[in-house]
Amino acid sequence: MNTILTAFNYMKKMKLKYLAAVLAVGVSTIFLLLVPQVIRITIDSVIGSEPLNLPALAENFFQLTGGRDYWLTNLWLPALLIIILTLFRGLFLYFKGRWAAEAAEEMARNLRDELFSHLQYLSFSYHVNKDTGDLIQRCTSDLETVRRFFAVQLVEVGRAIFMLGIIAGIMFYLDPFMTGISLLVVPVIFFFSYIFFLQVRVAFRAADEAEAELSTVLQENLTGVRVVKAFARQPEEVRIFTAKNRRHRDLTFRLIRLLAYFWSFSDFICFLQIGLVLLVGSQRAAAGQITLGTLVVFVTYEGMLLWPVRQAGRILTDLGKSQVAIERMKHILNEPREDFRHQGLKKKIRGRIEIRNLSFSYQVGEPVLDNISFSVKPGETLGILGSTGSGKSTLTYLLTRLYDYQQGSIKIDGRELKEYDRGWIRQQIGLILQEPYLFARSIKENIALAASEVEPSELERAAEIAAVHEVVSEFDRGYQTEVGERGVSLSGGQKQRLAIARTLVRNCPVMIFDDSLSAVDTRTDLKIREALKKNYADLTKIIISHRISTLASSDQILVLEQGKIVQRGTHQELVKEPGIYRRTWQLQNEEEIIS
Amino acid sequence: MQKLQEETYNKRFNLDLWKEIIKYSLPYKRILLGLAAVMLLVAGVDAVLPLMTRYAIDNFVVPNQLEGFRGFAWVYFLIISLQALNIFLFIYLAGRLETDIACDIRQAAFEKLQQLSLSYYDKKPVGWLMARLTSDIHRLSSVISWGLVDLVWGGSMMVTIMVIMLALNFRLALITLSVVPPLALISLYFQKKILAEFRLVRSLNSKITGAFNEGISGARTSKTLVREEQNSREFADLTASMKASSVRAAVFSALFLPLVLSLSSIGTGLALWRGGGAVFQGVLTYGTLVAFVNYTIQFFEPVRELARVFAELQSAQAAGERVLSLIKTEPDITDSEEIAARYGTILQPDSSKWPAFKGKVEFRQVNFHYQVEEPILENFNLKVAPGEKIALVGETGSGKSTIVNLLCRFYEPVSGQILLDGTDYRRRSQSWLQSRIGYVLQDPHLFSGTIADNIRFARPAASEEQIKQAARLVQADDFIIRLPRGYQTEVGEGGDLLSTGQKQLISFARAIINDPILFVLDEATSSIDTEMELLIQKAADRVLAGRTSFIIAHRLSTIKQADRILVLSGGRIKESGSHLELLERQGYYYELYNNQFIGRDAGEHLKLRVGS
Repeated sequence: MNTILTAFNYMKKMKLKYLAAVLAVGVSTIFLLLVPQVIRITIDSVIGSEPLNLPALAENFFQLTGGRDYWLTNLWLPALLIIILTLFRGLFLYFKGRWAAEAAEEMARNLRDELFSHLQYLSFSYHVNKDTGDLIQRCTSDLETVRRFFAVQLVEVGRAIFMLGIIAGIMFYLDPFMTGISLLVVPVIFFFSYIFFLQVRVAFRAADEAEAELSTVLQENLTGVRVVKAFARQPEEVRIFTAKNRRHRDLTFRLIRLLAYFWSFSDFICFLQIGLVLLVGSQRAAAGQITLGTLVVFVTYEGMLLWPVRQAGRILTDLGKSQVAIERMKHILNEPREDFRHQGLKKKIRGRIEIRNLSFSYQVGEPVLDNISFSVKPGETLGILGSTGSGKSTLTYLLTRLYDYQQGSIKIDGRELKEYDRGWIRQQIGLILQEPYLFARSIKENIALAASEVEPSELERAAEIAAVHEVVSEFDRGYQTEVGERGVSLSGGQKQRLAIARTLVRNCPVMIFDDSLSAVDTRTDLKIREALKKNYADLTKIIISHRISTLASSDQILVLEQGKIVQRGTHQELVKEPGIYRRTWQLQNEEEIIS
Repeated sequence: MQKLQEETYNKRFNLDLWKEIIKYSLPYKRILLGLAAVMLLVAGVDAVLPLMTRYAIDNFVVPNQLEGFRGFAWVYFLIISLQALNIFLFIYLAGRLETDIACDIRQAAFEKLQQLSLSYYDKKPVGWLMARLTSDIHRLSSVISWGLVDLVWGGSMMVTIMVIMLALNFRLALITLSVVPPLALISLYFQKKILAEFRLVRSLNSKITGAFNEGISGARTSKTLVREEQNSREFADLTASMKASSVRAAVFSALFLPLVLSLSSIGTGLALWRGGGAVFQGVLTYGTLVAFVNYTIQFFEPVRELARVFAELQSAQAAGERVLSLIKTEPDITDSEEIAARYGTILQPDSSKWPAFKGKVEFRQVNFHYQVEEPILENFNLKVAPGEKIALVGETGSGKSTIVNLLCRFYEPVSGQILLDGTDYRRRSQSWLQSRIGYVLQDPHLFSGTIADNIRFARPAASEEQIKQAARLVQADDFIIRLPRGYQTEVGEGGDLLSTGQKQLISFARAIINDPILFVLDEATSSIDTEMELLIQKAADRVLAGRTSFIIAHRLSTIKQADRILVLSGGRIKESGSHLELLERQGYYYELYNNQFIGRDAGEHLKLRVGS
């Protein structure tokens, strides 16, 4: 119940509206119950000659409007009354539909927004270890399950409660014993729904997982179509797909078969209930314990009662699904956000970086950075060489406060990094990742993504420095070209260059290239570095690369190995001393890359 | 993923299409007929059940006697048992039909996709294809099965009720039924409207899914760009319009039911008004009037159901059009019937008669273009002897990849021939050729599964020893056995749990396991650890030894080892020869070489090499 309340709270100001919707369904059932009464009275007491047997108020109304004779000569009146009552019922049903939808959509929207922005503000480390497909599933189809539950299912509780309340009340007034008989179905249906719900949950999960597996096989086959074809692997792929396809079919069918059992059995119980009322009622009528009219009322109401009772069983089963869905979303929302913004120093920096005895580990006992010290003056270029796992990327994450360092100190312009606001420092220190993400928008929008206002000339200049202007100009739609599945697919090198342009327009005093020229050919690499030197002379640059030619012109080069600085100096110095740097340099002299 | 599924709808009823679709249900005609029969029964019992209650009241309650009640109880029990069985059967059968047809169509579509040429994949993004094979097929199969259920039930309910009413009292029936035509029209109109509104909601919904995808996949980049707040704001705009359209669609649906209810209440009112008068005049019996009134109440349900089915048929038709167009697409590249008879098809290759291949390749007068106005290769000629190593060098768009695409028969020449051992390769089957090629792609692209699964990719029947042998040959063995689970290590989706270098080594092992005669290597451009780079270089050397090979080369050392370098420009061979020959010629290659290595003194480098 707690989980349902959590979701309900996301309706915020619309909570009352939702309750009003529940009430509206209830009110509509009153009109629903009134129509058969009008029909019954018309047939029995207007056309027929039975006594009215109505509450005083209604009786007075009947007499005041002319009594039986008048009504009989104007039979269109009860007909009109039926239509009016139905109109009212429709009106309240409309209110229900509208209000429930508004409230449920409000909830869905708030929940969506909250999930999205929460995901944005979760820590970097969360996003390193995430499972994208699973998160999307939680944010979309789980959310949809909950929305549907509120918009379509849960409001019907209003009908079930009103219906059960009113009918049970009338029934009880008429004959308590028969009421007991008539309501026997309720606990049975609920008990049965509960058992069924437990089984459906299992079957549902199995079918769902089979579907996910099928999609994965399909997705992989389609994305890897070149490889599949190149190795004449189609027969094997068909075999694998067939197995998954059949499994999905069988598990889906198993779920449907369960539903078949549930619906046929619950309908059977309901029919049986009507039979029971007829049987017991007839005997009691025969014994003179109830009147004929009462029995007819019981039979009629029983028929009306069964539908909401069956519906309630369905709500119960869907409640379970929604609970699971809400829990899965809460799992995301309970992750702590990065402690963040608007609470630190916001000072324009010049780019002096001093690092003293810095150590960091992701897991206790496994230091990734071990007692690192170095400093960079504003406008200087620092090169870093290191193999996979040497800690060079971690260093860039610490500098941009994506992770917080544990020991030692990082000073930017003489102030400790931890004193700066996280968001601010990332605006000052532009980090370009090795595999940058481009958004599905135009190239222009991608470059201007993080800068508030960019002049077209500025944008093109940044693109020129990053050596993508020429590439972009060749596209039919130039800077308006869409990136991504529906647009052009860019090569790794082109993506990296766009990412550089994107960072350049932000005018950060410090830029970090985390191996972000790796897929760019040597010639373009050089072109970019020369343009940077010319146009951004006072920019402080940290360049990480495997390529000696990229690092060679740095003012200072560090060689990282297992979290330690093992060599430092300029290119000229480092090629003279034996070590990783020189060995790499020699190897690369043999190995060059042509585009 | 669903981005491209919302497309224009063909408004007209497409009879040919439905004939085609019905073909897929033909294997299940017994289920279809059974289902239709069951639904008729369901509708019959639904129509009869109120009569049972009336019978009980008229015969036991009113006369206040219980004679024959036992018999009635049995009949009642039998009928409701029958109805319960019917309900079970129709859900069971419709479920069977739905899942079976979906499975069949999906299978047919997948098999077709395996046979389609690469040119098809160039035109259709993966997301589009995914949507065809998932949501479209789902919609189609559910309309065929559950649509049939509702159609038969709704239709027979309507017919039964109408017949009973007309039989009871013709005149009154006509008066009462006068509300049916407007009811049907309004229902149809609203259902179409509602469907259109929900189509809008669906397309917004796929945008939201896309936004979540981007927000999650791009979260790390967003952080470095300090864009969290702006992303959230933009997302909120999207959810706002989503909320607005969802509410509009919901309001439309909320309007529909009251309208139908009110219209059908007019029917009830008419029955009561005209029927009541008739009863008073003694023209009509009480029982008939009660039955009439009850039937008018019952009537609107099937009308609503039918309207819904017709509206859904329309969207199913659109889904069907897209799925069938996929299934009916003819591959650009096919093996002739004669060839297929001798060597087997793509899906069922028959290797017993496959001829040997020595590795001689010839391009003779080959012309090729992807788009008519942009020729890529013109009058291209090339002869390669068995065992020769060919390096292809040239700028983007020079035709390197096209040559490889043609060689692998991913595309065929527009005119001219490609001869393997002197025979046009169209005289051989595609499977034959592709089983003899080892191909290393620039992006290794592994599949989820274990390392062993990936190595045996080209040869599903390979033994463990063969897998290890292939790994050892490319020296991937060293790093594999150091992994905790060795060859059974899961590589993750796209091989993402391994490093770039490790993926490349495994793709070498995968290419070599079939002992191919012809080797195609598209070298990766991205730089990795120098140590790893060396390892990959060595792997390439070993793999290429003794095989005819085509290398799209980026590394100088690879180029230098080639027997022949083809320098391509604008679809022509500009120069060809060995590294030293080309440098001595001081032509295009020399220039290209100088440009590439401008960072160092290329001239000196050259002198050094030439001199040595």
